[in-house]
Amino acid sequence: MNPQTVYKEEAYELLSELESALLELEEIPEDAGVIGRVFRALHTIKGSGAMFGFDDIASFTHEIETAFDLVRDGKIVASKELINLGLAARDQIRAMLEASEGKEGADNVKSQEIIAEICKLISEEQKVKTMQSAKCKVQSDSTSHFSLLTFHLFFRPASEIFHSGTNPLFLIRELRGLGECQIRALTHAIPMLDDIDPEACYLAWEITIKTAQSVNAVRDVFIFVEDKSELRIKTADKKDTQESHDAVSETPPAPIPDESGKQKPEKRVKSDPTSSIRVPAVKLDSLVNLVGELVTVQARLSRKASMTKDGELLSISEEVERLTVSLRDNTMNIRMLPIDTTFGNFRRLVRDLSAELGKEVILVTDGGETELDKTLIEKLHDPMVHIIRNAIDHGIEKPRVRESLEKAGEGIISLSAFHSGVNVLIRICDDGAGLDPSAIRAKAVERGLILPDARLSEQEIFSLIFTPGLTTSERITEVSGRGVGMDVVRRAIESLRGSVEIESEKGKRTCITLRLPLTLAIIDGLLIRVADSCFVLPLPVVEECVELRGKDLTMVRSRSIMNFRGRAVPYLNLRQLFMIEGAAPDIEQVVVAESKNTKVGLGVDRVEGQHQTVIKSMNKVYRDAEYISGATILGDGTVALILDVPKLTRLAENKDQDVIRHGR
Amino acid sequence: MADTSINKISQYLTFRVGDEVFALDVSQVREVLDLITITKVPRSPEFMRGVINVRGSVVPVVDLRLKFGLSKTENSMDTRIIVMDLFLDGENTIIGALADSVHEVMELDVSQIEPPPKIGMRWRTEFIRGIGKHDGQFIIILDIDRVFTSEELVIAEPEEPIKSEEL
Repeated sequence: MNPQTVYKEEAYELLSELESALLELEEIPEDAGVIGRVFRALHTIKGSGAMFGFDDIASFTHEIETAFDLVRDGKIVASKELINLGLAARDQIRAMLEASEGKEGADNVKSQEIIAEICKLISEEQKVKTMQSAKCKVQSDSTSHFSLLTFHLFFRPASEIFHSGTNPLFLIRELRGLGECQIRALTHAIPMLDDIDPEACYLAWEITIKTAQSVNAVRDVFIFVEDKSELRIKTADKKDTQESHDAVSETPPAPIPDESGKQKPEKRVKSDPTSSIRVPAVKLDSLVNLVGELVTVQARLSRKASMTKDGELLSISEEVERLTVSLRDNTMNIRMLPIDTTFGNFRRLVRDLSAELGKEVILVTDGGETELDKTLIEKLHDPMVHIIRNAIDHGIEKPRVRESLEKAGEGIISLSAFHSGVNVLIRICDDGAGLDPSAIRAKAVERGLILPDARLSEQEIFSLIFTPGLTTSERITEVSGRGVGMDVVRRAIESLRGSVEIESEKGKRTCITLRLPLTLAIIDGLLIRVADSCFVLPLPVVEECVELRGKDLTMVRSRSIMNFRGRAVPYLNLRQLFMIEGAAPDIEQVVVAESKNTKVGLGVDRVEGQHQTVIKSMNKVYRDAEYISGATILGDGTVALILDVPKLTRLAENKDQDVIRHGR
Repeated sequence: MADTSINKISQYLTFRVGDEVFALDVSQVREVLDLITITKVPRSPEFMRGVINVRGSVVPVVDLRLKFGLSKTENSMDTRIIVMDLFLDGENTIIGALADSVHEVMELDVSQIEPPPKIGMRWRTEFIRGIGKHDGQFIIILDIDRVFTSEELVIAEPEEPIKSEEL
């Protein structure tokens, strides 16, 4: 990757951070932490923009940054207008970035407009604010703005500072721009010529600066290198004797007395908890594959070891197993991201779209910490945009309509995510007009999708909206109504091995639930055996294993219902269902599995035990065998099929219907 | 010039199904395996014998005897699985084929290959690329992609209804 690409990637990330921080700021305009986040995002975009030759972005961002600097210093407030401008600016920066990729978009006039408006806003705001502060209270923040302050700085950059393309001299030059400086380079750390690493920085500096700027401004010079460097700033006026821990480079910069009240505390934390490294997804994929193979080999080892009865080998194999399991979990974890990031993107969508359509909508999110595979999250974005657009456009009514219906003026769209067994459920609900079954039905009849006298349940009618070309919207808006959309949503979700469900109450609400597999390439499975065939059930759906024999077994077999903890649970015999030949054993194991809130007892010959299952996809010639979700390779090198319990249950249901139809 | 000579002589893998010798272009053959355990996929047609593990991939195996209307392949010392690279439905697919035995790789010149006769053949001509002559023997060169066209592979629902005594 060249530095420009890295910068762009980073900038896109910063822009979404900027966006979510701005939106948060809108809710809590006084929060210093959030203001700090806005400022830092802008500052980083500007700084590294200049470094990588995106001068237009840097100079534009600089103006925006100035505005938020004033907010940070408490000189202006983060008003709604300012936040609007901030968001507009964020979009503009994005457009500029895209323009640099060859897409058209950036428009200088627009940049100028935004800057002009910001300047106007600042001057107005400042007037108000100065008047206020004159009236109310003396601002405690910066004595520094009236007199020159002297700071003593000690700056020792990390020895590998050059690796990141930073030249410390530039920083010092920037510092000199702030005021009169006395600079002394400390050269005692330079080793003998033989030992010099030409790529390392051995220098440190002591700087005394007289400036009209605040300590923040001085510190901001070092904002990119602060984390890795040793930086101490002392105000000369306070003869504060922070004991000088000389060469302990691990210590974070000493807290600054007095002014530190204005500092955002997290800014000085040396290692940011979210510090991360960028890795191309391909590398992760190949890691996942390797772990998959390792798991298979480990299964072989365990099998072999348990046959030899060699105590030492057994303990080694157990150790390897333990390590493999945690390696597997960790590897999978690397790919998992909280869905929060996606939810954050929708905040903006909801805000803009509702403004555009003259509606008032609040977005409520829940379960943002739910983790999902990265690729899943990416692929979920578009379908969710469709659904949310639909909800705002068709679902939520205009404020006046809502009031006449005795609903709160503001509509609510709630996004929630949670785990349910092997699935992740994402629910998008709105408290709007709901779906009208008779309208959908009429449309479907009109389009010839169903016969006028077709008898459909409400659920079946709702699922008609997934049919291509069916829309209940009377008019085509920019947002939705062309009748593409819901079928695209369904196709996208199904391609992720998920499903979509709709519930709705006319006039009250619509809820769309996306049910997705965790889509891990490796799952915990339960290995079961029927005659010579091995099958794997995903462990999370397995509730319990029970043993049936004698009279109980005959009863269960004849009635296809078993008594499980006092409840009647349908029973399926896999041997019958799969038409496997041979006599059933006298003692049968029944695995009670639960999926979609229904329990089913699966009769098998033997439960072999837990098995780390590397999912291999089935060849498409087997695509009709829906009840098989994949295959895996066992320790002895043979293949076992992974069963999809809900589809298996459905297969059994159909089979029963067949039997009824065939006049049983 | 070089191109035409490559076209002229091709290598073929010959194998036996029943009492007939067939040939496949070697470029479509990945490897030949000894018979290993085949995992049956329940409720799939009989000629789809199941799936095997080929170097970590799950590969379906088709019984060529059943495919060609003969009785099911009996496991013997000579039974082999020919793992083939096929191009089906616009996608590359790996499929294994069960053959009674695998003979050799041989070279055939274009002049040694004749188009299939229109009549008098046991096999449907659309599946045959040509008839090769080698050591006085006729060898049927298969158009293996056609033999495995996806329609032919789609799993049919079991034909007879489930018998009541099974329930």
